[in-house]
Amino acid sequence: MNLSLGPLLYYWSRDDVLAFYDEAKRWPVTRVYLGESVCSRRHLLRLPDWLAVAEQLAAAGKEVALSTQTLIESESDLKTLRRIVGDGRFLVEANEWGAVRLLSEAGVPFVAGPTLNVYNPETLDVLAGLGAQRWLPPVEVTRTALASLLERAPAGMETEIFAYGRLPLAYSARCFTARHYNLPKDDCQFRCLDHPDGLPLATREGAPFLTLNGIQTQSAGVYNLIGELPALRQLGIASLRLSPQSRHMGRVVEAFRAALAGEDNAADALARIMPGPPVDGYWHGRAGLEYGTQQPC
Amino acid sequence: MSLDLICPAGSLVSLKAAIDNGADAVYMGFRDNTNARAFPGLNFDAAQAAEGLRYAHERGRKVLLALNTYPQSDTWTRWTGAVDQAAKLGMDAVILADPGLMRYAVRHYPNLRLHLSVQGSATSYEAVNFYREHFGIQRAVLPRVLSLPQVENVVKHTGVEIELFGFGGLCVMVEGRCLLSSYCTGESPNSAGVCSPAKAVQWKDTPAGLESRLNGVLLDRYGKDEKAGYPTLCKGRFDVGGETYYAIEEPTSLNTLDLLPEMLKIGIAAIKIEGRQRSPAYVAQVTKVWRAAIDAVKKDAAGFKPAPAWQAELNKLSEGQSHTLGAYHRPWK
Repeated sequence: MNLSLGPLLYYWSRDDVLAFYDEAKRWPVTRVYLGESVCSRRHLLRLPDWLAVAEQLAAAGKEVALSTQTLIESESDLKTLRRIVGDGRFLVEANEWGAVRLLSEAGVPFVAGPTLNVYNPETLDVLAGLGAQRWLPPVEVTRTALASLLERAPAGMETEIFAYGRLPLAYSARCFTARHYNLPKDDCQFRCLDHPDGLPLATREGAPFLTLNGIQTQSAGVYNLIGELPALRQLGIASLRLSPQSRHMGRVVEAFRAALAGEDNAADALARIMPGPPVDGYWHGRAGLEYGTQQPC
Repeated sequence: MSLDLICPAGSLVSLKAAIDNGADAVYMGFRDNTNARAFPGLNFDAAQAAEGLRYAHERGRKVLLALNTYPQSDTWTRWTGAVDQAAKLGMDAVILADPGLMRYAVRHYPNLRLHLSVQGSATSYEAVNFYREHFGIQRAVLPRVLSLPQVENVVKHTGVEIELFGFGGLCVMVEGRCLLSSYCTGESPNSAGVCSPAKAVQWKDTPAGLESRLNGVLLDRYGKDEKAGYPTLCKGRFDVGGETYYAIEEPTSLNTLDLLPEMLKIGIAAIKIEGRQRSPAYVAQVTKVWRAAIDAVKKDAAGFKPAPAWQAELNKLSEGQSHTLGAYHRPWK
């Protein structure tokens, strides 16, 4: 079981993004997913810039994959998608079925991303037939449901699971960050840049609940499966996806590496640097915001 | 075919109300979690479905079956059983979201007409055409996220009929890509066929006001003069940056009567009315207004103007007594 660095879900300055991936070259992650998968208005790095980062990471010995945009709305979104598929140098993670169509037409292997909604082995088999070599279950998957699916997974299919970070829960045509600032989406003034880990949303009694990240809504709680490594190994999971956060990401990766190596205290070290309350309810078949036996809200 | 009126049937009484008031087709679900309105007391068993089909077909109308949740691995046969049942009953189409289930339907019932559910989250013609090439879908219901020019672009680049939501509850998120409900309650539309399930709702009168909670999470608190609505998670009031407001969406409904001439012009095949969970009286009233409006726009698109009486009637029925054009109208975003 190895580690993957998921696509950056937030909008950071160009310098911050480049510095982040420069550091990532030295982290013990096997694979790095790159590209803008949330909002087409985010343009501080355009596709050629992402491809340049990809080349650098590949030169540093990382496997690289490009993540496609989850919500495709316009012809220009499709143009970007076609350029990603057409580039051909790197593996692509398809995050909606239009990308699956283009990748299977191109005849190249791909990663089936977590928003393709694979809930059963039959759909996974459809994807395998189209060229998927790796897949991620939806983030709401339970351990039991995943075990049941994997009993009949197509031969050779690798499974990667979202194992750490705020959970990407929903996508909308509306931008909730722009809405917060009373700005129209078309003139959002790129306010996401002010919120490198999203904009916290709490209930009226002050309990952290969700995180607004432009058109994406995330959990406030930080999903963390570091305590579940034996179960994940038993299921034959190939890779754990760690989702980027603006601070301490190197230490997050290090904690998972240490846990995989069986070192003590890795979970405690991680708990000290998590940017929000831990949640793991989904894995245990409960409400996503629950943790252990307690509710953080 | 254009602008067929597709109405919700949560029960046999609603089905008849829709047919009697001019629906071209109704859509229904079986009485389990194979559809996205898996609510207690709602939906059809096989005998009721057969009776509904008979009633509709005698009057030259159609019945569509929603099997639009995602089959789970260990209960897969519940979904394939539902497809078998649909074919046996003679459903005019099944509305599916899961590619694995589509493949099953095509292999076993090549003559069964397939529609892509809104839960399939197809927002581009590349995605719509994927389902056509691989499973022969004949119609796609688009998520409520595209503007009308974007919808038009999809229509231009596909041979698949396009169906749009016209009226009713408004999902602000891309359907099929929203897990907020399971994050809060453990059950989502994708996996359990419900959003903000009633069994997780709690109401409590407190000195600060009437509180609505979902699995313990405070969704809203209402003052004396405020009307409390059903606590759908995305329509609560929350605190962001020290401000309390409807951070995601107001409790409002979608109403696209104004857009009918444009929808006709760009070649929309069908308009869907949301609300299988609503009463037969609601279904009757909404169907009646939309029948009149669609007839009017087909007769004279250039001179079409929604009658004030229609809007008043629909506003009375709307959640929060207000309506929006949603994403079809760009400023909403």
